[in-house]
Amino acid sequence: MKLGKVIGRVVSTKKLECYEGLKLLLVQPLDEHLNSAGSPIVAYDTARSGEGDIVFFESGKEAAQANPNGWFNPGDAAIIGVVDAVNAVNAVNAGDAVNAGDAVNAGDAEDVRGARGSRDVHGARGEGGAL
Amino acid sequence: MILGQVVASVVSTEKHAHYKGLKLLMVQPLDARGQPKGKPLLAVDGVQAGIGDRVILVDEGGSARAVIGDESAVTVRTAICGIVDRVDIEDEE
Repeated sequence: MKLGKVIGRVVSTKKLECYEGLKLLLVQPLDEHLNSAGSPIVAYDTARSGEGDIVFFESGKEAAQANPNGWFNPGDAAIIGVVDAVNAVNAVNAGDAVNAGDAVNAGDAEDVRGARGSRDVHGARGEGGAL
Repeated sequence: MILGQVVASVVSTEKHAHYKGLKLLMVQPLDARGQPKGKPLLAVDGVQAGIGDRVILVDEGGSARAVIGDESAVTVRTAICGIVDRVDIEDEE
């Protein structure tokens, strides 16, 4: 699994049946400091994520298994969960803490909170200092 | 299996049902000498590891599901299966 940030939505009308009803999102992979790492990928959503969310996604066979329309499908990336917080201690070079609130840059952190708050289903989301 | 060091814990509320109750940790892979090698990845924890621990990691679905003891969790691929006490390695010099 890797961390990523949802940066857009992909809309497709003509597609394989196995993608029917699934939300396709554009995900920018992130490194441990929540900086962009690599090229954006398209992943389908299994965790009700949306634009601006920091998420974790699975790739390979396991991603295909996450497709609710059946396991035998050509999916290779699936969003598995929405990240509330990343509590990091840079153990290799002594401790500086990072959390998802630092997301990429200050403006983005606001975006994450906004997107989260407006779709808050469980109450637990968006709580605490982390986001 | 690969060696790694836990560098962060990740908290998630909205997630796939297969991940309910599992602790998520971010692990930096290490080479044999303990130096960071490659990019960090997320893994579920099977051995109560914590930040700073050196660990053994499986990055293969069947093994990961064995670690968490749930064969039906077919979307789980990466899991921590041990905490490293020490690595004895012959000196190249």
